Amino acid sequence: MADEISARVDRLELPFDARGVDDYGVSKWHLRVVFRVLALLYRNYFRMRAEGLQHIPPRGRAMLVGNHSGGIALDAAMVIASCFLELDPPRLAQGMAEKFLNRFPFASVWTARCGQLTGLPEHAQRLLESDRLLMVFPEGARGTAKLWKDRYSLVDFGTGFMRLAIKTRSPLVPFAFIGGGDAIPTVTNLYKVGRLVGVPYLPVTPWILPLPRPVPLSVHYGEPLRFEGTGDEDDETIQGYVNQVKERIGGMLERSRR
Amino acid sequence: MKVLIPGIGGLLARNVARRLLAQGHRVIGIDPRGWPGAPEKIELHPVDIRKRAAEQVFRQARPDAVIHMATISALLADAEERYRINLGGTRAVFEYCATYGVRQLIFVGRHTYYGAGPDAPLYHTESEPPQELGTYPELADLVAADLYAANALWRLPALQTAVLRICYTLGPSGHGTLASFLKGRVVPMVLGFDPLFHFIHEDDAADAIVKALSSNARGIYNVAGPQPLPLSLIAHEVGRRVLPLPEVVLAALVGRAGLPRLSRGALAHIKYPIVVDASLLRKETGFKHRFDELATARAFADAFPSGGRTSPIPAPG
Repeated sequence: MADEISARVDRLELPFDARGVDDYGVSKWHLRVVFRVLALLYRNYFRMRAEGLQHIPPRGRAMLVGNHSGGIALDAAMVIASCFLELDPPRLAQGMAEKFLNRFPFASVWTARCGQLTGLPEHAQRLLESDRLLMVFPEGARGTAKLWKDRYSLVDFGTGFMRLAIKTRSPLVPFAFIGGGDAIPTVTNLYKVGRLVGVPYLPVTPWILPLPRPVPLSVHYGEPLRFEGTGDEDDETIQGYVNQVKERIGGMLERSRR
Repeated sequence: MKVLIPGIGGLLARNVARRLLAQGHRVIGIDPRGWPGAPEKIELHPVDIRKRAAEQVFRQARPDAVIHMATISALLADAEERYRINLGGTRAVFEYCATYGVRQLIFVGRHTYYGAGPDAPLYHTESEPPQELGTYPELADLVAADLYAANALWRLPALQTAVLRICYTLGPSGHGTLASFLKGRVVPMVLGFDPLFHFIHEDDAADAIVKALSSNARGIYNVAGPQPLPLSLIAHEVGRRVLPLPEVVLAALVGRAGLPRLSRGALAHIKYPIVVDASLLRKETGFKHRFDELATARAFADAFPSGGRTSPIPAPG
């Protein structure tokens, strides 16, 4: 498997220099280490299933937009793994990391070296303009904080991603992620304790720690959506577009869980 | 063209002066440090930029263009002295330029203007305000000088002003903040952090300044060449060992064991990156770097093989 991962890292179409580092600091060495671990989780632990991969453009800018599922960023890791392990050529999905991660030792380095930059509009726009594959969870941290009973629901979507997609003329690839809420069934979130240690909240499961159970997970990619305009439309128009995306993802969630 | 260079004694300024001379310009330099062994054709005035004698140089020479490089970094002087040189000196240069009919002025500033912090974006563009000054007040005089220089764009419309924010320089001279940091056998790092460092070969930096002059650039420009690299990789490329220390340990060691006393903000510069978008300069002046990031590191490593003196923590420079 190690050879397969190395070969896939080499086939990523990113502008790596002679030492395997690209202009955002993404490093082949770090990707190899991380994807070896993610591949094990993806194939053996969660037995991930990915459908509709043909909807992800093989190259060029695009925005993956989906629901949060599970109390920690397990969904993001598995979406990234699906694009790397299943697409041909492989692609590196680059998410917008929660700001607190950059303050923590090691988390700061590993997120950066794997292309998961701090969640800033500047980063999102620049990545799209460099024809990267951006991964966005418009529910934000409110989405990962969903409790088990709400695991198939969607909380409010932010609107920034839509303006950015229109402005950069990027197709949106909607996805529905299923099973994260069962892998990490959040009973409650500790917000005060979380703030004490510098994170937005700490999810609590029936076995206390947010360690995922080995349940099957799946991700379903849908047909790309395109919205035309300038990105400077008024809030109502943008909200209308966002609602369309939200409904699409909601529908995919409904169909996929059956 | 007559070009006056305040701060001509600095290494980068000398390289700029040699290039201008080679292009047939007349070069006049002001620097109290002097320049031992300077080319004969260069007219040197070892005076302080804020003193009357410096104004007399402007009055008599009537330069067409000025390249202001007489600013210093936090390691070299105390706060009062820095404000006097960096802000007072910059103000004097702009006033002389306005009074004595200088047509073009290039202010050579630093990319550390943007500050380093956990929420700062990679690839700063010229329109961004400075950040993290609260944690690093030692940067304030350079930031103030930069902003003062930039406001000449509307205050002195007849003066063609360019503000350059140059990333770290590196090369065979071993001068500059990054070079001093890399000179020792061991490069101290904050455990768990490995920021991208944006650096340019010192020859390319001099070329960029000359290019800004010859293309009559007006506005604010970031100056960078090749892509940035993680600090650990730079250390590896120049044959140094890295010593990752927990932040609390490193913070406690600063000011002891031969390391300079620095504020919390200085540590941020080895935790978080300062990377700039230099596409505007490339587009408007046609500047292209000759040395990529690995060749630049090699140029330094060849001149300073591993085994030198112990290294200090970097300050903005």
